[in-house]
Amino acid sequence: MERLLKNPYLPYPVRIDKIITETEDRNLKTFRFVFLDSEDEKKFSYIPGQFAELSIAGKGESPIGIASSPTEKGHVTFTVNKVGLVTTHLHNMKEGDVMGIRGPLGNWYPWQEMEGKNVVIIGGGFAFTTLRSSIVYMLHPDNRARFKDISVVYGARNPGMLLYKDELAEWEQRDDINMHITVDGTDDPDWKYNTGFVPTITEQKITSADDAIAIVCGPPIMIKFTQPVLEKVGFSPERIILSLEMRMKCGIGMCGRCNIGHKFVCKDGPVFSLAQLRNMPPEY
Amino acid sequence: MTKKIYTKKEWMKTLAGLKSSYNIFVPVSDGDFHIFKAMDDKENPDFNFKNTRLSPKSVIYPQSERLFEFTLDENAPDANIIKQAEKDYFPQAIVGIRPCDAHAFQIVRPNFDNPEYQDPWWIQRYESTTFVGLGCNNPDSTCFCTSVGGGPFSEKGLDALLYDLGDTFLVKALTDKGEKFLKLAQGGKKPDKTALKASEELAASASDKIKNKVSTDKLKHKVQTELFEAPFWDEVAFACINCGTCTYLCPTCWCFDMQDEVFKKQGDRIRNWDSCMFPLFTLHGSGHNPRARKVQRVRQRFMHKLKYYVDKYDNGVQCSGCGRCIKNCPVNIDIRKVCELMNS
Repeated sequence: MERLLKNPYLPYPVRIDKIITETEDRNLKTFRFVFLDSEDEKKFSYIPGQFAELSIAGKGESPIGIASSPTEKGHVTFTVNKVGLVTTHLHNMKEGDVMGIRGPLGNWYPWQEMEGKNVVIIGGGFAFTTLRSSIVYMLHPDNRARFKDISVVYGARNPGMLLYKDELAEWEQRDDINMHITVDGTDDPDWKYNTGFVPTITEQKITSADDAIAIVCGPPIMIKFTQPVLEKVGFSPERIILSLEMRMKCGIGMCGRCNIGHKFVCKDGPVFSLAQLRNMPPEY
Repeated sequence: MTKKIYTKKEWMKTLAGLKSSYNIFVPVSDGDFHIFKAMDDKENPDFNFKNTRLSPKSVIYPQSERLFEFTLDENAPDANIIKQAEKDYFPQAIVGIRPCDAHAFQIVRPNFDNPEYQDPWWIQRYESTTFVGLGCNNPDSTCFCTSVGGGPFSEKGLDALLYDLGDTFLVKALTDKGEKFLKLAQGGKKPDKTALKASEELAASASDKIKNKVSTDKLKHKVQTELFEAPFWDEVAFACINCGTCTYLCPTCWCFDMQDEVFKKQGDRIRNWDSCMFPLFTLHGSGHNPRARKVQRVRQRFMHKLKYYVDKYDNGVQCSGCGRCIKNCPVNIDIRKVCELMNS
């Protein structure tokens, strides 16, 4: 049966090409993967906002947002928090090890709607991964002209917990993106960016919702307090875009655990607008 | 469509003769209950039952199934690479499946076979299966198939249907698969007018024996978020002990887990039935759990069957009215009553 040739549960074999420890607590590492078969890289064609199942033989699978941008060829990257069985094992693996990637899965940020508009990106903690993918994608010379102003508010507990520090510094230098990096607190006298929680900095820096769409990714508490700030500035619920997390297994809407109402976070999400979420049961 | 009539003794012989063409699953008596088993020299089919304790769900969708295999031996060239496990899709037939259980596979089908994704194992096993139903002359006290789009002689999801006429079985082919089955089935005679009339009367009178009527007409028009916040969930869930029996017995429950099992250097990726009744089902790595409380899990089960499924597929409820969850619930939670609450 021809339609069954592609098994959606079968991971592509990949090799760990590079491992970067991102945060000072060493709990977040970025893994750069190269496909063993270069044909698989073409099949793994993704859009910023999507995720994949990282698949380790003998351990299982874990759904993780894709941190690289489709404009970065030759590899795909994921930043992984050490939490459970699979991610703890992954943190102990080394460059050159072979494992699997299954995807891309889920929907993506509304790129078509965002085209020609101002884009506001708000991220907190380690949920910055698909936002990094989106920023790299938008800043690519082929894409930058498709968007108006790009503003980013990104916060972490302290300077050592920020992801992608080199890139953040580089983006700070550019004049085609407005960076607002913040930390909850720091005793570093040389800290040159903002201090304060993400909702507070958002209130100070994001003063207009004109022709803009906001993408918000972060811990539930940050999302909870950022929403009213954005709505006060004038973002309608349709233009506040969120990406959700859920426990998953299949990633293709079959195993039944990641539903919110009749929507599956794995297949109908992970990206939902606030307007959509308000019409769904509050069970996430 | 071909129709044949067999004496019951002859039918048993015919089934035995079909074993070279099909793996045949039949109801057999097992202690106080009946259960579907593969027909072999030891297992004698017994068609004298109300319904089997478990539906033949596992014939298409095993409770535990090996999906992939891998080696962790670093000396092997394919170490850590996950590969598909070999599968045998030899034709199989479920003979004696009740119409509600056949209907259940139709209800489950869009979950595993939809335009976006196709589950290769479910689909291939489903497509290699011939469903030979057995109409219900005497439905059980907990049956309510007629309220959910089925009936004691419903042909939904069946390839052939058996009518128990006392000393004989009348078999009617319903699809090409069913025709093929009857062609391969040895013996049998063309039924005479009396037998045909008897089978029609049997089917007509059986529906009236189902006294349970459950209303589902308003479910589609209910607002999902309002039903979710309805005041009756605490009361519905009060007695539940989250044992999961209802989900395990349900022919339309399909949720699963995937686990890796390793022995020495060889491993398998296995799919197991799972249940929304268990808190681990939705527990995040962070410790957060969107359905940490019992009432949330009980609500999920009923909302999934009677509202989310309705909203998603616009094809009725995710229930075939078999009544197993009612019969076997240790605290007497009754889906008919919950459905009435949700529909009112």
